[in-house]
Amino acid sequence: MLRYVVRRLLQLVVVILVLSLLLFAWLRSLPGGPVSALLGERATEESRRALTAQLGLDQPIFVQYFRFLGRALSGDFGNSTGVAPGSTAMEVFSQRFPATIELSVLAIIIAVLLGIPLGYLAARRRGGWFDNLSVIGSLIGVAVPVFFLAFLLKYLFAVQLGWLPSAGRQTSGIDATRVTGFFVLDGIMTQEWDAALDALLHLILPAMALATIPFAVIFRITRAAVLDVLDEDYVRTAESKGLTTPVVRRRHVLRNAMLPVVTTIGLQTGALLAGAVLTERVFGYPGVGEALAIGFERRDYPVLQLLIIIAAMVYVLVNLLVDVSYALIDPRIRTR
Amino acid sequence: MALLEVRDLTVSFHRRGEPVFTAVDGVSFEVEPGQTVGLVGESGCGKSVTSLAIMGLLPKRGAKVSGSVTFEGTELLRLSDRDMRDRRGRDLGMVFQDPLSSLNPVISIGLQVTEVLERHRGMPRKQAMAEATDLLNKVGIPDPTRRLSEYPHQLSGGMRQRALIAMALACRPRLLIADEPTTALDVTIQAQILALLKELVRDTGTALIMITHDLGVVAGLCDQVNVLYGGRIVERAQRHELFVEPRHPYTHGLLASIPRLDAARGQKLVPIPGSVADNIPWDHACAFAPRCANALDVCRGQTPAEEWHEGRLLRCHNPVEPAADAAAKEDLRV
Repeated sequence: MLRYVVRRLLQLVVVILVLSLLLFAWLRSLPGGPVSALLGERATEESRRALTAQLGLDQPIFVQYFRFLGRALSGDFGNSTGVAPGSTAMEVFSQRFPATIELSVLAIIIAVLLGIPLGYLAARRRGGWFDNLSVIGSLIGVAVPVFFLAFLLKYLFAVQLGWLPSAGRQTSGIDATRVTGFFVLDGIMTQEWDAALDALLHLILPAMALATIPFAVIFRITRAAVLDVLDEDYVRTAESKGLTTPVVRRRHVLRNAMLPVVTTIGLQTGALLAGAVLTERVFGYPGVGEALAIGFERRDYPVLQLLIIIAAMVYVLVNLLVDVSYALIDPRIRTR
Repeated sequence: MALLEVRDLTVSFHRRGEPVFTAVDGVSFEVEPGQTVGLVGESGCGKSVTSLAIMGLLPKRGAKVSGSVTFEGTELLRLSDRDMRDRRGRDLGMVFQDPLSSLNPVISIGLQVTEVLERHRGMPRKQAMAEATDLLNKVGIPDPTRRLSEYPHQLSGGMRQRALIAMALACRPRLLIADEPTTALDVTIQAQILALLKELVRDTGTALIMITHDLGVVAGLCDQVNVLYGGRIVERAQRHELFVEPRHPYTHGLLASIPRLDAARGQKLVPIPGSVADNIPWDHACAFAPRCANALDVCRGQTPAEEWHEGRLLRCHNPVEPAADAAAKEDLRV
């Protein structure tokens, strides 16, 4: 097991190196650039040239790349040019990543808490009205564009009904103590309950918008997996032993059906942690996704390079975690 | 009083968009305490469905069960789901065909044995573990303590089937149903498992319903044999009578198609022509008629009734004459 994890981590290094090269070239091949983004269309040729030199963009691209690589190894990813001028790319990331984690975790919790029980129920009542209704519901969940749903939720619950805040992470004027950068957690740790509640309220709408696709996917995978397992011989064996229904369900059906579901949860979490660009943008939520959106508009190379590389790392690491947790559930993998 | 009395058991499957399929069509038989009864026939003859109906394991939707199944005087078909659960695993145990797929792959053998003991005998986990060690020992699994913490994929095929037998017998049921328990195993292992079943049945006094397509299995194990064809019993006799004098042409055909080591060189096996798919409905004919060497006109125009001939039950218009098998009789006497 340990050897397996080490091998996967070494693979990760290679993946990141290749990715950084492709990313570097790709960003610079996009039309426009940080200079036009910062100075606008009508800047003088002289000031353009000065800024280009200042940002090091006048060097040949491979010189730029190796300079980037050398600095990156010592943790320096350059200064933000567009998202938060004056901060380093690393500062942008470390300020925003907790916000994205908070949002993603809440969204996944919602998706799992709804998806697994509903998927199980739908499978048990296969072909019934509940099953048909929830399958249609989950199809809609996948099909409706996230930004549309986000706007809809915002309009309904924030603008029309006024129940929930429409944007941001925290109501301005609340002076909360920062410990971890996770606002809800900070509020609880410092016992500033109003701050914790305020942060939580800000999370609800974006988390709901973000949870729809993971919910729909987890629901469908759970339903399909339970249907498969219900037909298995060992479930019939469990019934032939006269076990009570809860034991048959938990021990024999759900435990086996969870294998594909765990993979799905992992993949969905990885995708969310990479930053929910659309949702965060609609709700003005200061997370990694919003930084990516702004970074692209303003061609902020250092921030984009860092955020995308980290997104790839997170994705690979979450997958690794899924593989390891697989071994915990399935003894057939453990002993191999 | 018989331990198990099956009366007129009929099971039909109703699936949307498909014609109603009657898998078991008025089957009646009895099992006395400690007796071993065989249900024999080709795949599709209704033997497995019969056993699942007795255990109450048929899907609630789609399968219609009628007739009567009484166990020690209690009508099982009318028991509530909860009462039937109380009896399954305690009074009636079952062993299935494929031991690998019949075991839960992600939980240990130990838990799969002890969960029955906890459920029906109310044993605490620790005591159940000790009892499980004992049980595995009894079914001939070496080093049982280690095996209890292992998972199904770590055991050999024979070992898995032994573990399943241990689970089925854990609560000392009065009736064990074994549905083709040796079909998925190697020939050498088959013999071991059959010997084990025979020994356990003798030692514990458990009655056994042996479901098989293999007359070799029947010959070594069963007191009484029911031959099924197309969802009905076509012949029932004591083992010896059945082997010495098969009267139904189907039974006769099954016996003639078994390869024998003592057959003369060059003597060909005689298969039964056609397959179960050639069945015709029992309504106004004998379902076996299209494949039967003895078939008469009456076989295609009239359903044969169950009749008793000298202690055996027979459903046939034109049974095989006993004298025809004088040679076989000689063989068996040797």
